[in-house]
Amino acid sequence: MAWRTKPLSPYPGIGAAVLVAAFILGTLVAVGWQADGSKGFAASDWVALRFTLKQATLSALISVFLAIPVARALARRRFWGRRVLIALLGAPFILPVIVAIFGLLQVFGRSGWISDILGVFGLPPIRIYGLHGVVLAHVFFNLPLATRLILQGWQEIPAERFRLAAQLGLSGRVMFRQIEWPMLQRVAPGVLAVIFAICLTSFAVALTLGGGPRATTVELAIYQAFTYDFDLGRAALLSAIQLGLTVTAAVIALKLSNQAGFGAGMDKPVQRWDSVSPIRDFFWIFLATGFLLLPLSSVVFSGLVGLFELPSLVFRAAGVSIMVAGASTCILLVLALPMAAAIGAGTKGLVEIAGILGLAASPLVLGTGLFILVRPYVNPSDLALLVTALVNAIMALPFALRILAPAARDVIVSHGRLAQSLNMSGRVFFVRIMLARMRPQIGFAAGLAAALSMGDLGVISLFADAQTATLPLQIYRLMGAYKMDAAAGAALLLLCLSMGAFWLLDRGGRRHAEV
Amino acid sequence: MKHLILAAGIMSATSAVAADAPVLTVYTYDSFVSDWGPGPQVKAAFEAVCACELNLVGVEDGAALLSRVRLEGKNTDADIVLGLDTNLTAAANETGLFAPHSVTADYALPIEWTDTTFVPFDWGYFSFIANAGADFPANFAELAASDTSIVIQDPRTSTPGLGLLLWVKAAYGDEALAIWADLSDNIVTVTKGWSEAYGLFLEGEADMVLSYTTSPAYHLIAEDDASKVAVSFDEGHYAQIEVAAKLASTDQSELADQFLAFMVSDAFQNIIPTTNWMYPAVTPANGLPDGFETLITPKSTLLLDAAMAGEMRDKALTEWLGALSR
Amino acid sequence: MLKFDNCLIENGAFQLKADFQIMPLSSVAIIGPSGSGKSTLLEALAGFRSLTHGALLWKDQDLTSLHPGKRPIAMLFQDGNLFPHLTVFQNVALGMQANKRLTNEEVSQVEMALVRVGLADMGLRKPAELSGGQRSRVALARVLVQRRELLLLDEPFAALGPALKAEMLDLVADLAKETDTTVLMVSHDPNDARRIASQTVLVAEGVAHQPQATAELLDNPPAVLRDYLGGA
Repeated sequence: MAWRTKPLSPYPGIGAAVLVAAFILGTLVAVGWQADGSKGFAASDWVALRFTLKQATLSALISVFLAIPVARALARRRFWGRRVLIALLGAPFILPVIVAIFGLLQVFGRSGWISDILGVFGLPPIRIYGLHGVVLAHVFFNLPLATRLILQGWQEIPAERFRLAAQLGLSGRVMFRQIEWPMLQRVAPGVLAVIFAICLTSFAVALTLGGGPRATTVELAIYQAFTYDFDLGRAALLSAIQLGLTVTAAVIALKLSNQAGFGAGMDKPVQRWDSVSPIRDFFWIFLATGFLLLPLSSVVFSGLVGLFELPSLVFRAAGVSIMVAGASTCILLVLALPMAAAIGAGTKGLVEIAGILGLAASPLVLGTGLFILVRPYVNPSDLALLVTALVNAIMALPFALRILAPAARDVIVSHGRLAQSLNMSGRVFFVRIMLARMRPQIGFAAGLAAALSMGDLGVISLFADAQTATLPLQIYRLMGAYKMDAAAGAALLLLCLSMGAFWLLDRGGRRHAEV
Repeated sequence: MKHLILAAGIMSATSAVAADAPVLTVYTYDSFVSDWGPGPQVKAAFEAVCACELNLVGVEDGAALLSRVRLEGKNTDADIVLGLDTNLTAAANETGLFAPHSVTADYALPIEWTDTTFVPFDWGYFSFIANAGADFPANFAELAASDTSIVIQDPRTSTPGLGLLLWVKAAYGDEALAIWADLSDNIVTVTKGWSEAYGLFLEGEADMVLSYTTSPAYHLIAEDDASKVAVSFDEGHYAQIEVAAKLASTDQSELADQFLAFMVSDAFQNIIPTTNWMYPAVTPANGLPDGFETLITPKSTLLLDAAMAGEMRDKALTEWLGALSR
Repeated sequence: MLKFDNCLIENGAFQLKADFQIMPLSSVAIIGPSGSGKSTLLEALAGFRSLTHGALLWKDQDLTSLHPGKRPIAMLFQDGNLFPHLTVFQNVALGMQANKRLTNEEVSQVEMALVRVGLADMGLRKPAELSGGQRSRVALARVLVQRRELLLLDEPFAALGPALKAEMLDLVADLAKETDTTVLMVSHDPNDARRIASQTVLVAEGVAHQPQATAELLDNPPAVLRDYLGGA
């Protein structure tokens, strides 16, 4: 498209991207700078690297592969409770890692529900620990994200296309090839890259469900370099490798992505005329629901007992978490919206890559680097919550961009020329047209960011003093004090808060606009 | 920035102590400062006698604690570091950041205490915890030969994990590699920290979990539950002695000395058993809480001295990784 | 006078040459086979596409490097002529003043424009609540308040029925006359051209030709146009 002009300037977005990149790389450099002498890249790190790549690739492929039929089924079926289901399906993604592991084990573990049922038939319990366990957990975490992102792709296909297809009497398969496959080509590579990057930095999940040191990931090697060896140089080196891998994945994904937009459709509800039997769709919906909601319900069951006898301190921590999540969401939107607009206006490479860096940044390196950088000027614990909010926002940025950028691009494609011919300024276009048109996506992104921030331990443990604790930190502390029931109760509270925040923001965005 | 946070109403506690009172900053592990740990009581008790403010800063765990101090080096804000164990003191000493102490006490430790830099504040034995009623292996060799399943912590990320590594090394020396190789099919999984492992055990994922001989005391005293028992191993149990030390760079040297002396007094030691669930380093005048008498006493104590532990740990880790990565 | 001065427009491998003039206040149809570059020509004129070389002049003013919004041009596109989330009034008001609040004077001008196109009481509706013809009227009301000397139509009424389309074209012609506007209109329907355009530019085989009298051109079409028009 040889357009000479764009309806808005990419520079604010480029500025935000530079800021994010400087933040991530700056902390890395700060850590590396502090190093004196390093034993460098060890042989065991190769093993960790190989395992990391293997599990991340498998997890990403399987998550996306399963998400496609689930998203398709959700996109074309209307049934009672669909919205609630879609919101609930998002829950695993925003669960704190430790809570999710316990939820999974209550279903898939040695004394989990499945093993119990097998036991009734005299069969041995299933063994979850190993590469398959790691992948299972990562799919559990990321299938919802993949489904939501792909579902969004489906919903962005203008209803007119489906009307046309229906009129032409296209079979499900032809419709898939003609309308849906091009959308998937556009959406799927990005989703793959995002999930790959998320899984790259996996640590506790990989170790616990991987069954031992065979499942050592690069992130664990970074942690080891920090705390066990105190080899900052190696920590920085490994972190740089992690960033490099993610950037590579992102670049490949961007190359594969067919970036064509879908053009404008008037705001009419999405309706489809597929004649395909619903059985297959409901099979997928049922399967995904079971897989995702059983562990969740186990979190709910185990938490119910503890929920009613939670110490008041837990509620104070919940208050802190809500504020951190709020701040984090605001920071996220301030960064992500201009970046999404810049990507939409065609400034892709740099901005998209800066956006995805947040996924690959080791929280430990980020936190430590920040700690080194701020310490000469302020007492780090005074900044604990602000820093936590900031780091959480950076971590949520890649997801937000995945959600916002395609919508921003579509707004520019649909309305950019009109705005320009009206001599509308970039600022007015951004506020009156783009933000207004992107409300559903903004709500979704904000909800995700709030929920993620709520559930993530983040870097608070590097900074916090005794008085400031977020809810996830308080859950760890309860567990550390043998109070597993209270921890389960607090985890349920956290789940409710995360889901509540997500529901509220996502709904707020989608008011008037049918999903 | 601080004003921002204040404005946001996030800052919760500002000290009641007068602004000009000296502040003693103690870095410790996170579960110590937790509301359910010893921290709040220790803070109140010390502030009652010191005319100062005790500022407890929590840092994840013992290993991360040492890394933090090394990261900050001579510019550290800490006056005292509390929560390293004897497996880490060799590395801590090498940094040259710590100052000698002059504390003496009548320690109830399983070994003679001679360290001139670090002062012990509590201790315990590592042990496997199981549900009462079953037959348990009597040592690592039996465990390895049995089909008893265990969940343990990763020595690279957790102090109990490192303790287990050195336990096996201390008990079996050069045969440790073979023991680990035999144990590998008993190990259900390896977790990042103690909490995850203990949680998995309580969920029924394994028959036994690596913890402390004092763990049953929690269930007995706090939950009135006698079903959890520590399994006695006849080759002896490895001890963990948790210590504190003064930073050489402190600007509150006298106050720091006062804290270390306070630390081995009854006022501090009484708090330890039912908050940190460990044995106090000095038995308080009124003895141990009811329930502690039910705990097992290992036939013998294993403990590599600090220098030895520091020397052994890398070799032991390589063995462990080799045996379990197969 | 609107002057395409030795213009070359490139879009990938596609090239279009244009070197002709249009008299002010005329209505000109742009006609030609599909894919011949009719829309490309308008896009270049509106400023959405750059010229490889050549210049665009309007009354001796060089438009070539002007931002689309700064050109004396209003344009209606094939679709997306309204912002779906804004009301009818807001959509029209953007033509008046896209970047600031309207003055009372401007508000009444917007209202007058709505009255002129026959939508006096529809100001608070959203585009989705309107019929296709009404949506076209909203867009025309906006053109009215934009007060540009040139109006470009890139088949904005293609989706309307013949009667409705004819009605809209007549409205365009009336409005153009009332406001002294020069109209360029892409069309694939020779009847549209005959209806309101006295002159027609034929775009074919990479060239936008000199405008000719519409009736003459359509009555005696050159081969390339004859193929396109078929039996018509």
